[in-house]
Amino acid sequence: MKFEVLKSSVGEWLKGTGPESDIVMSSRVRLARNLAHYPFVGRASESERSEVEEFLRSRLSKTSVGSRLEYMNLGGLEDLDRQFLVERQLISREHADATGARGVAIDSAEQVSLMINEEDHLRIQCLHSGLDLQAVWDQIRSVDEEIEAVVPYAFHERWGYLTACPTNVGTGIRVSVMLHLPALVITRQIDKVFRSLHKISLAVRGLYGEGSQAFGDFYQISNQITLGRSESELINQVADVVPVLIDYERRAREFLLEETERNVHDQVSRAFGILRTAQTISAEETMQLLSRVRMGVLLGLVDDLHVSDVNKLLVRTQPAHLQKMKGIDLDTKDRNIERARFLRSYFESGSSGEN
Amino acid sequence: MQCQQCDKQAMFHITELETGDVRELHLCEDHARVYLNQAEADSQPEDSDDESGSIGVGQTAKELSEIDQKVCDMCGITFFEFRNQGRLGCPHDYVQFEEELEPLIANIHGDVKHTGCRPNRDKSAEDQSVLPESTEELTSVIGMRKEIREAVEGEDYEVAGKLRDDIKKILHQWQAEETKQ
Repeated sequence: MKFEVLKSSVGEWLKGTGPESDIVMSSRVRLARNLAHYPFVGRASESERSEVEEFLRSRLSKTSVGSRLEYMNLGGLEDLDRQFLVERQLISREHADATGARGVAIDSAEQVSLMINEEDHLRIQCLHSGLDLQAVWDQIRSVDEEIEAVVPYAFHERWGYLTACPTNVGTGIRVSVMLHLPALVITRQIDKVFRSLHKISLAVRGLYGEGSQAFGDFYQISNQITLGRSESELINQVADVVPVLIDYERRAREFLLEETERNVHDQVSRAFGILRTAQTISAEETMQLLSRVRMGVLLGLVDDLHVSDVNKLLVRTQPAHLQKMKGIDLDTKDRNIERARFLRSYFESGSSGEN
Repeated sequence: MQCQQCDKQAMFHITELETGDVRELHLCEDHARVYLNQAEADSQPEDSDDESGSIGVGQTAKELSEIDQKVCDMCGITFFEFRNQGRLGCPHDYVQFEEELEPLIANIHGDVKHTGCRPNRDKSAEDQSVLPESTEELTSVIGMRKEIREAVEGEDYEVAGKLRDDIKKILHQWQAEETKQ
């Protein structure tokens, strides 16, 4: 089935390409949309939800974008498969954990994902590697326009696109950029950066958006306001601040190299050493260490390893990915053993280590 | 995001700037009201008794419970249910509860008017202060489905059948507009 394809590939956004991809992992835009003639998902009856799913599926199949996508009925999938899609950033955790009729349509490059019956009837997501917000916007706008031609979106002259939660009303847009900021964390400047972002009403979250604690120095910056400004203004608000953060991070990396090169080199080498030799290792520790190694690769402190390798490992060492690769369900203890085994064999065979 | 004082969804995100210190508050409507009332009382002494300023903040308990009992004609959600869950019931809520939602939305977004993209089909319809006709009419289908269920329960199949036809007509009309483009 299609999971075999997903298992052997990696999403476009993990390729480590695109502008500024040493610091910017990915750029994402999502649009929240609802049908005008059904209650919002949280208020809809079981049969209404099924009708919404059916309506959207049949309408989407009439669009050129819809016909390129692969549809998955989430209710019919195993927990593990849904978890896998969360780790791949193709669906949200809430969408995976919900009940009732719901699904997702994704393209083979894993750039476009259409979530049906998430918090809103339709959530369109577009995800690219590196800092690429304009291209992401162009792509998602054309997808949205195509769908808009065949689906009656709930729209209000004053309030714009109507959403289940008033925090999304208006444009329904959420613009997010995922950044890798290890040097700002090490030099303890990250809190200062976040405080200034909050002041201009931008939100900061960790890698998978849960809680505020980011594992492995990966942070997602996104807009909070969705009404009263145009999509371009909201995109620019995020796009304008990212180069500043990139600049801070680069300067912090230079500072680390100049002032404490031996220390940094030592930290990176130890992290790499643990990843290559550990017998059991948690997902959190793995992410933390991979973050250090990723920075080491970019500072030229690690040979024979590419940023895209590290990006892939960040996803492939996640719980559901490990279990899908192994082909069986594993509890936390066994997963930690399997994760360590996978990492050892990856570094032995894959990138020839450090000869 | 959860309210810092209870389990409800945080609807108010307040940033307090006090002499060089930044404080973040994430509160549900109830706790935000308490907090803002307090902040207001702290900052202004007795002399300010103008009614114009504080929208949605200075209401009495009685007024609030009246607002809570307001019901959406289409999906049947009460304003109280919305305040509890932080999620609206259907697109018509934005019309039905417009007055109540306005201060809330102003607080979240700092604005009360959409200026972004709009559905292509509406480009010709410039001057409309409520839902563009097609969307509002489509939303009325939600209420009609409810009436069908009630009619069937009361074994009034004639009414139910007529409503079904009406719904079909409305959806057909939308589709006709769609193919016209």
